[in-house]
Amino acid sequence: MNSIKKYLGFIWLIIGPIMMVGLVLRAIHEFSISKPEQMEELKVFWPVVIIIFIPIAIGFSIFGWYAVKNLYSRLPENSGDL
Amino acid sequence: MSNDANVKGIRSVIFSSSLGTLIEWYDFYIFGSLAVVISENFFPAGNPTAAFLSTLATFAAGFIVRPFGALFFGRLGDLIGRKYTFLLTLVLMGGSTFLIGCIPSYETIGALAPILVLLLRLLQGLALGGEYGGAATYVAEHAPANRRGFFTSWIQTTATLGLLVSLIVIITVQSSMSKAAYADWGWRLPFLLSIFLVVVSIVIRMKMHESPLFSKLKKEGKTSTNPLKESFGNKANFKMVLLALFGVTMGQGVVWYTGQFYAQSFIQKTCNVDSVQSNMWIGIALLLATPGFVLFGWLSDKIGRKYIMMAGMLLAILCYRPIFTKIYEVCSVTDKQELVDKLKITEQHSLLAKSTADSVITYDTLRTYADGTTLSILKKQTLYADASKNTSPEIKKTVTLNSDAKYPIIGLIFILVLFVTMVYGPVAAFLVELFPTKIRYTSMSLPYHIGNGVFGGLVPFIATRLVDSTRSSAGAAPSDPLAGLWYPIIIAALCFVIGMIYLKNKNDEDVMD
Repeated sequence: MNSIKKYLGFIWLIIGPIMMVGLVLRAIHEFSISKPEQMEELKVFWPVVIIIFIPIAIGFSIFGWYAVKNLYSRLPENSGDL
Repeated sequence: MSNDANVKGIRSVIFSSSLGTLIEWYDFYIFGSLAVVISENFFPAGNPTAAFLSTLATFAAGFIVRPFGALFFGRLGDLIGRKYTFLLTLVLMGGSTFLIGCIPSYETIGALAPILVLLLRLLQGLALGGEYGGAATYVAEHAPANRRGFFTSWIQTTATLGLLVSLIVIITVQSSMSKAAYADWGWRLPFLLSIFLVVVSIVIRMKMHESPLFSKLKKEGKTSTNPLKESFGNKANFKMVLLALFGVTMGQGVVWYTGQFYAQSFIQKTCNVDSVQSNMWIGIALLLATPGFVLFGWLSDKIGRKYIMMAGMLLAILCYRPIFTKIYEVCSVTDKQELVDKLKITEQHSLLAKSTADSVITYDTLRTYADGTTLSILKKQTLYADASKNTSPEIKKTVTLNSDAKYPIIGLIFILVLFVTMVYGPVAAFLVELFPTKIRYTSMSLPYHIGNGVFGGLVPFIATRLVDSTRSSAGAAPSDPLAGLWYPIIIAALCFVIGMIYLKNKNDEDVMD
C-alpha cells in the first residue's frame, strides 16, 4: 500500500500544473470563440475560477510531493508524533 | 460528576453550540436561497444571466473567504478560548445579514449596491469560517471518546436545518404577500429577521462555559503562542491538513452542495419549476433525511468514520446522473398531453418608465396539461425608438407540477441528502481527532472551509456555467442539462481514491492531547 501511495504521489504532483495550464488555455479558448452577448458571463466566470483554483492546484502538488517522499506511509497517532 | 449530570451537561453544550451555528447557517443560506431576487435588485438589468452569475459569484465569495475566517478566528479560538470567539462570530454574522436587508437597490444607489452586498457577504463568510470549527471543537472536547461521532453529529444537522429554516422563512414570507410586494420589499424580511435570532443566541451563549480541555491547557500554560505557525509551518501537521482536505472535505463539500443547493438550483433554473412549490418539496426531503446525520455519526463511533464517508462519496458518484436524469424527466413537460382548449395568451403593451418613445411588449402564455401541470412563459421584449439598442427578448418559464410529482421529487432529493448525511455526519469527529488540542481550532477549520467553502460553494456557480455552455443561444434549452454534474462527480471521485488509499479507519480515542 505504501508503494501505491508513493507512486500515486507522482500523479498528484503533475496534476497540479496540468490543471493550472488547462484552466488558462480553456479560458483563452472560450473567450476567443464566444459571442459578444456571452462575454459578460465569461468575464465573471473565468477570473473567479482561475484565481481560486491555482492556489489549490499548488496545494495539490505539495500533497503529491509529500506522498512521493513517503510522508503518508505512517499517519501520526498522537501529538508526540507531530 | 454523576452520569445524569454528564448527560445533561453535554446536552446543554450541544444545544447552545448548535443553536448559534444553525442561525449562522440560516444567515448564510438565505443569500443563496434568494439569489434570483438579489440578482434582480442589486445588479444592473439587461443581462439576466450575467446578473445571476454575478450574484452566484457574490454568493461564492462568501464561501471562498471562509478559509480566511477559519484562520483568523481559529487562531483567536486557540489563543483566547472557544467561548468568546463564538460570540464574536455570531455578532459579525447577524450584523452583516441584517445590513444586507437594508441596502437600497441598484436603481437607487447604482454601483454602490453590489459593492456593499459583496462586502457584507465577505463578512458573512469570515464569520462562518470562524463558527463551525469552533462549534465542532467545543462539542467534541466535551464528548466522551466512544460517543464523539454521535454528539458532534448534532452540530452536523445545523447546516441542513439552517437551510431548511431559510426555506421555511422565505416560503412563509412569499405566501403572505403578493408577488409584486415580495419582489419590491418583502424579500428583505428574511434578512432583517436575523437580528432577532442572533440576539437570542447571544443570550444563550453568554451562559456557556469555556471548553474544559482548553481551560486545562490554559491553566497548565500549554496553549499555543502561534497556532498558525504550528498548524501550517510544521510539516508533520501541514501534511495532515492537506490529507484532510484532499482525502475528505473536498469530496464531502461537493456532495453536500450538490445534494442540497445544486438540487434546488437544478429544479428551479434548469427545470424551471416554481420556487414556492420546489422549496416546499425540498424542505420536506431535508426534514425527512436530517436524522441521517445523527445515525451515521452514531454508526461511525461503532465501525469507524472513513468507510461511511467514502461509501457516501461512492454512492454519490455512481447515482448522481441517474437521479438527476429522473428529476429532469419528472419536471419536463415535453411528453405531457396539452389541453389545447385551455391555452391562454395575454399580450400587454406599455411605455418604458421615463420614456415616451420606448415601449415594452409582454406576452404571457399559459399552457395547461392533462395531469394538472401548467407552464407559464413570460416573454418581455423592449422596443427602443433607436432600433440599434434592441436586444433579444427576456424569456422566463415557470412550471407548476401536478401534486403527484411531489412523491418522486421528494424521494429523489431524500436519497441525495442521505448521501450528504453519510459524508457529513462523521466528519466533525474525524477532523477533531486528527489534530492536537492546542491547534485544533485552527487546523481543522482550514481544510473544512476550503473543502466546503471553496469546492462545495462553487458547485452552483460552476455547474450553472457548464449547463449554460451547452445552450445554442440565450434562453434556448441546454443540450445537456446534466453537464453541471461533471464537476462534483470528478472532484468526489478524486477525493474517494485519495481517501481510500491514504486514510485510516481507526478512531482516535484520545483528543486530550
